[in-house]
Formats: sequence, structure tokens, C-alpha cells
Amino acid sequence: MSIPTDLQYTSEHEWVRFDGDLAVVGITQYAADALGDIVYVDLPKAGKTIVAGSVVGEAESTKSVGELFAPVSGEIVEGNQSVVDSPELVNSDPYGDGWLFSVRVSSLGELISADAYAALIAE
Amino acid sequence: MCNSHETLRHRNRGGVPSPIAGNESTFGVFVTESLKLSPLDGIHRELGASFTDFAGWDMPVRYSSDLAEHHAVRSAAGIFDLSHMAEIYVGGPGAGAALDFALSGILSNIPLGRAKYSLLLNNQGCIVDDLVVYRTGDEEFLVVANAGNRHVAVEAIRERARGFECVVRDDSDSVALVAIQGPNSLDILENIDGLEAGGLAELGYYRCLSATFRGTTVLIGRTGYTGEDGFEVYVPASDAAELWRAATVAGESRGLQACGLACRDTLRLEAGMPLYGHELNESLKPVQVNAARAVDLTKDNFVGRDGIMAGVTASAAVLVGLKSDGKRAGRADYAVESNGRTIGTVTSGALSPTLGYPIAFALIEPEFAELGTVVSIDVRGTAIPATVVSLPFYSRKARA
Repeated sequence: MSIPTDLQYTSEHEWVRFDGDLAVVGITQYAADALGDIVYVDLPKAGKTIVAGSVVGEAESTKSVGELFAPVSGEIVEGNQSVVDSPELVNSDPYGDGWLFSVRVSSLGELISADAYAALIAE
Repeated sequence: MCNSHETLRHRNRGGVPSPIAGNESTFGVFVTESLKLSPLDGIHRELGASFTDFAGWDMPVRYSSDLAEHHAVRSAAGIFDLSHMAEIYVGGPGAGAALDFALSGILSNIPLGRAKYSLLLNNQGCIVDDLVVYRTGDEEFLVVANAGNRHVAVEAIRERARGFECVVRDDSDSVALVAIQGPNSLDILENIDGLEAGGLAELGYYRCLSATFRGTTVLIGRTGYTGEDGFEVYVPASDAAELWRAATVAGESRGLQACGLACRDTLRLEAGMPLYGHELNESLKPVQVNAARAVDLTKDNFVGRDGIMAGVTASAAVLVGLKSDGKRAGRADYAVESNGRTIGTVTSGALSPTLGYPIAFALIEPEFAELGTVVSIDVRGTAIPATVVSLPFYSRKARA
């Protein structure tokens, strides 16, 4: 399973890509595969202030519901409307077009490296 | 991210029965040694299936995509491994009478080559299991029970059959079950190399016939749990893999897709079929769950008769179908409300892949059960309006 090495991760199966103080957030391939076909996502609205570790949205598959946790604190810049319209993007391209939301970061949450994440899901 | 019912973090599944229809069994990738393996297990692993613990069996939950598998059954065909189901042989001069006493319906008079849906009731008239009974000989029956109820069903039938001239034998470990479901299923069965089954095309719904596959006797029922035309093939466990491979070859040009238990659950839900442990359980009587037709009160004596005759209280919950707008589905155990008061519970629910809107079974107070009544489902803190609708949610006849 691919775990891009240029990203950071959380133990809640999210990934974060940093670009200056902007963070783009999604869920990992492992999480998307485990959920099955994702049919609905509920994302935080632009302008909302989020706190690392809190629940900020949901991803639902035909079989399961997954809660989305904020990996960082900050202000939501954008929710990915493409994913709201076509939730299957999360399954088909979790690290690309299936990104979920972007955040203007004020502080970091507990993030782990790709290696640490790989070890976590291999447990 | 975490699953709100069962975290994605690794856990010891421990072989505890966990019904697939819930929201909790998607992540069954952690095999423990206590799980039983299907005779088709090697094929599933070759196909790259994801697995789930279903009633102590390590069964495929999906091969690729729940939705793709679901749509394949509606539009072409799907092949399922149902080898976890329990097969109970009841044979002998008193077999029919024994089943009439043990189960809710009259089985002794079903003609050879027919199948009948029936219930195993307890003394209180509540539902211990739901089953399909096939008449396979003048004095022979095959009773198919849910995997999770295998031992309960075998013990109950054995106990109740005492005093009747018959044997009750649990064949579950030696019999595999392969279902082929969908509009192309007949065409596929007719083209399985080595399957000699005369009269398949004429075989009616809930009928069965004896056939041979490469010299081995198999039983084919025109039965299923998907709401589509389809067949279930009972085959000796030792021949199951060969049958699966032959069916796969026949299905290659006919849209046949290997299908896991996840899509089986959404298919049966759309078709309005109950699942034991969700819509049926040991505290419910048949009349509450639209299953009174499976009970034949013309029989003088059967287990549960007194409980059935005692009826239910006026406030006893009843099973209804609910539909909602949007995409957010109610799921098992979510509260059903009216004016802020809890009036029932969702037993199964999903965003219907075929219909495109959320559907659910719910057990609710009877005064809200009238068709068209609007209630709401508490979907993790948000009240989603839901309307009581007739069952099934989906019918292939209505579509045709």
C-alpha cells in the first residue's frame, strides 16, 4: 500500500501536506480501503476555526461512518467541493484529487512520519 | 479519522460473532486463529478479497468495491460464497411431522422440489432463527439456518424431533454454498462446464432440483437474498472450488462479479429482506416483523403456538421501512424520533446504491407505522426526516 513519504500523518489515519502555513488534509489509502466505497463526506466550512484533535467532519461509506479529526489547529481555507460532489474520489485518489480540506495553520497537532505511520498500520 | 462505532485501530477480534449488517464489521482484516475458513478461502485470497469476521467465519466482505459488486448483481450477475450458512439434514418417515412440530409453517406437505421460508420459534412464540426448508426427497429435507444460529438451530431441531422417526444431522461443515444472483444468472448456470442440470430455465422461484457437477450431486435452488433472479448451489465442500472456477469461466463474458457480504447486505436491504440479529431476534414475534405469513396456526401443535396465540401488546414495536432525502443514512441502533421523543430504533440502514437515497428498516411504535408518516432519525446528532414507506424498497418487477 502506498504511503507517500513527503506527507505527515496522524494515528487517526489522516495525512497532511504542508505548504508554508497552509496545510492540506485527507485520509490515507488504508483508511479509504477500510471504509469501502465512500458515498458521503461532511466537511468543515471555510472560515471555521478548528482545534487539533477535535472532530470536524465525517466520511460515510455504504457500510461505515468515519469521523474526521483535525490534525492541526487553525482556520479552514477551503473544503474540497469536488469530493462533496464525487465522494468516490477519496477511494480512487486519496492523496491527490481526494483531498478533503485545507487549513491556515496556527499550531500543529500530534503528527507522525510516513515510516511511523507505516509501522502503525502494519501492527 | 476513526470509525465512530469501532475504531480503525487494531484490535483483537477474538472470533466474537459480529453481524455484517451492522456498521461495525468493515475492518475484519485481523484474522485470529479461532475463525473458521470457507472451503473457498484460497480462491478469495487469490482474488485479493478483504475479509470480515461473520459469526466466527473469516468471510469475504468485498473483492473490489461494495458499490460495483452491488450494481453487478442488479445489472448482470454476482457470485457469492455463503459456505458459512448452516445446512441441516432432516430425513426419515417422520421428518415432515418433526419439522411441522419444530418450525412455524407446515413443511410436511410441501411438494418435492419446493422450498419454503420458515421460522424457528421459542416457547414464547419469539423468533430464534429464520430458515429456508427445501424438500429434497419423499422423506428428506434440507434446512438452511443462519451461520450465527447454527448450533442453536441444530440443537433445537434435534430436541424437537425426538419421538419422531427421523434423523437430524448437521452437514454444515461438509456442504458449501455458492450463490449466483442477477439477471444473467440463468445464462451463466446453463454454461457452466460440467454442470448437468435439466429444467433450470423452467425452475420456478423457491423451487429446487437435483443436478450433477462433474459427477457429484448438487442441489440447486432458485432462491436468494438479493431481490434478483438467481440460484443457490449446495455442493460438497470438496467440490466447491472447482464449481466456483467453472462458474467464473462461464461468467467471464456475462458480467459475473465476485461479491462479498457487504453488498449482500445492501442488496437484501433494498429487497426488504430481514436479517437475523437486526430485524429478527428472540424478543420479537413474527407479527411484529411482517412474518406472520410464515406461521401456520392450522397446525394443532408446534413449538411457540401458545406464545403466538397470546399475541402482542398494543404498544409492541413493529417493523417498517423508512426513506429519506439526501445522502445521510440512518444505521443500526440509531434512534427514531417524533417531536423530539424516541419512538423506535433503526435496525439496518444504508444509502441505497440502486435508488440513490437513504433507506432503513426500523422497529417503531405502532401508531407511527402508517404509510406516509413522517418521523426523524437521529443521525449522530442531526435529525434527518424519514417517511414510512411500503416494502420492499426495491423490486425488480417494478423496475422491469
